[in-house]
Amino acid sequence: MSIEVLKEPSVIEGKPTFVEIDEQISSPIDKSPNIKYLIALGITSTMLLIGVISIGATFFYGIGLWGNNNPVGWAFDIINFVFWVGIGHAGTLISAILFLFRQKWRTGIARFAEGMTIFAVMTAALFPLIHVGRPWLAGYLFPYPNQHHLWVNFTSPLLWDVFAVSTYFTVSFVFWYIGLIPDFATLRDRAKSGVKKVIYSILSLGWRFSNRHWHNYEMIYLILAGFATPLVLSVHTIVSFDFAVSIMPGWHTTIFPPYFVAGAVFSGFAMVQNVLIIIRKIFNFEHIITLDTLEKMNKIMLATGSMVGYAYGMEFFIAWYSGSQFESFVFINRAFGPYAWAYWIMVSCNVVFPQLFWFKKIRRNIPIMFVIAVLVNVGMWFERFVIIVTSLAHDFMPSSWAYYKPTLVDFGILIGSSGLFFTLLLLFIKAMPVISIAEVKAVLDGAQPHHHTHNGGRNGK
Amino acid sequence: MENKIIYGVTGIFDTPDEIISAAKQVKSSGFERFDVHSPYPIHGMPKAMRLGASPLGYFALVFGLTGAFAAFALMTYLMGYDYPLIISGKPFIPIPAFIPVTFEVTVLLASVGTVLAMLFLLFKLPNNSHPLHDTDYMKKVSSNKFGVCIEAKDEKFNEAEVIEFLKSIGAKDIEVIYYDNEALNFKVNIFEWMFVAFLVVSALVVSGATYIVLNKLMFAPPFNWMMEQHRLDAQVESKFFGKGNFSMRVAPAGTVSRNSNQFKFSGQPELADAKLINPLIPTEENLRKGMKKYDIYCSPCHGYYGIGDARLNGQFPNPPSLHSEKVRNWGDGHIFYVITEGQNSMPSYSSQLTNEEKWAIVLYVRALQRAMNAKEEDVK
Repeated sequence: MSIEVLKEPSVIEGKPTFVEIDEQISSPIDKSPNIKYLIALGITSTMLLIGVISIGATFFYGIGLWGNNNPVGWAFDIINFVFWVGIGHAGTLISAILFLFRQKWRTGIARFAEGMTIFAVMTAALFPLIHVGRPWLAGYLFPYPNQHHLWVNFTSPLLWDVFAVSTYFTVSFVFWYIGLIPDFATLRDRAKSGVKKVIYSILSLGWRFSNRHWHNYEMIYLILAGFATPLVLSVHTIVSFDFAVSIMPGWHTTIFPPYFVAGAVFSGFAMVQNVLIIIRKIFNFEHIITLDTLEKMNKIMLATGSMVGYAYGMEFFIAWYSGSQFESFVFINRAFGPYAWAYWIMVSCNVVFPQLFWFKKIRRNIPIMFVIAVLVNVGMWFERFVIIVTSLAHDFMPSSWAYYKPTLVDFGILIGSSGLFFTLLLLFIKAMPVISIAEVKAVLDGAQPHHHTHNGGRNGK
Repeated sequence: MENKIIYGVTGIFDTPDEIISAAKQVKSSGFERFDVHSPYPIHGMPKAMRLGASPLGYFALVFGLTGAFAAFALMTYLMGYDYPLIISGKPFIPIPAFIPVTFEVTVLLASVGTVLAMLFLLFKLPNNSHPLHDTDYMKKVSSNKFGVCIEAKDEKFNEAEVIEFLKSIGAKDIEVIYYDNEALNFKVNIFEWMFVAFLVVSALVVSGATYIVLNKLMFAPPFNWMMEQHRLDAQVESKFFGKGNFSMRVAPAGTVSRNSNQFKFSGQPELADAKLINPLIPTEENLRKGMKKYDIYCSPCHGYYGIGDARLNGQFPNPPSLHSEKVRNWGDGHIFYVITEGQNSMPSYSSQLTNEEKWAIVLYVRALQRAMNAKEEDVK
């Protein structure tokens, strides 16, 4: 009580009661969809349809419909893959790493960010599949006993990708579902219609809120967070190995793993922030997803954006310092060659604009932060474009140099990938609690016993 | 009410402080079969209920180590022993390159295994027929109240005394929970017509869909299985080189390739049959080698036992059985000839197999033929 000054302000504003929390969080599920929601769903599913048509055409006529040419064999599909996997990383960072650091402000946004992780990884996983050209043979990617006694190549980064992405998806999904079980049980007991009750009963597995269970439940949450933390770092590390393990100038650098992970968190936070700003407005979650939370997210964007900027600078420094003329050429060519437009879009969106977050007024101004986060996502997409296309288009042999031009089908698939992601997200919002009910209740004022000092007295009054 | 079996007695508390002290009192009064229910985990509750440490850490350790060892052993066996290939000049067992997959499988098994063990072994979920479900008590503790439940299975349980006890520690809304008789007397009847109909319908749907996908859909365009390809065929007249020229450039007359291993009996199967003798003797080692190569190169068409019943049956002209009178009467040299030169749709396997491997296959084919047409004395 004498350390009242040190007490952290509650992460949830307005001192709502438990029942109010139940009602507010389940209100998007309880109400039937309004016209705004249907319009949004109409737009995203149209985008999805464009993607389905483009992918269908690709399957039918072959990947000749894409703009990929001889030196640039990896283009939009791998760019989109890296981009979407990166988007997913913010979710795991919020749910696992911030959990380990006991950051209570994560409770309001964790569930939503985890959902985004799952949908982003699903979207990303599409691209390696369609990139192989014959996706119905994707089973060959897994080691299974077959007639030819042939096995996959365990030394290839592309195979590591298969393991990394599928593990990442599975573990994220399990983590997300474990968090949802108590909330499904709460919804089950609130449900009035029979169908809803049956569905939520099945999904909740018959959870009983027993403290003998909560005791183990908290342990599994800690264990999963502990596993998810190195896992999320490994996933983008392995994605960066797809490039770094090759000998292509501009790809063959040891800075790639940390640089990719920082970039992934950067773009992921930008996406989470964008979507949350809309969600909190539409469903009146302003007191749960507070301005303070958004400000903290902007600080993380500032930090990771600066790391990415440092990596850009370091790549140039090493290109000069290594004395390798191929490296130097690639980097000078990136900044001043035929793809200079893409390079400078990347630098301005990723390095210059996020620096505005040094100012507290901008960090707390919703329209400005929204625009900056959109720019970050554009910039991060262009970062992958720059890395992949500029290196491939100008490789060791000047005779094979060519300029890469995407086709309409490429753009159709890109639009479709956003369509898939946002459609899944919208359906998620309507079907499941987008904020963890049990976790939010646990961090309300007065939710924990007074005498208890387990948490450094932060819950104490 | 009389013939109902009692599950336990529950009481409701309003604040986390009250429930912590209630849990302490229940425990110290000697009750063992009791539980505390709350809408979220309460700090300090495991201590108040005197629960032991959670065993899940050990589960995670065991599952994780299993994953690590399994992944590493599998890769070592496959890449180092079963099918060793030199890739990028690395050793057959490149340990650094095995780290990513080992790590991923460790995390996968540890996370998923521990979660499943927790839900199904420790919690015995899913359980939607628990007597606490659908009670007012459950509706309260799933939202905003805290509750204690003392089970009838406890040795000290006595309905009236427990109700008094709960009142004395400040519980409100005391409720006696009974087992649902319907749930208790429920017998699984697998011959119920709805269930049987469900099984029949799902069997039909699954088998029908599988048939359509595997036999029709997979052969509709664009799935051409590489049978049509827009490419230059070596033996087709070339538009590029002009009339009378093949796509393949012809080597100058009299050219002999390096390390040439020319087959002396090209185009002369009878001569090969007469002149060639299998240099290998049917030791176990040779037969095993023949079997491995046969399974890799021959079985996709001829089948594992040479009957011609392989997976590709029906997609190409069906390969003949190796057990026909004709093939059995061929000499070893004739089979060797067919492997070397090919026959009808069968291509030459000279580029894939060394002479020694071909002879090993011949041995194995002989063994298969002997097995399918065993003589009386073989059985003895």
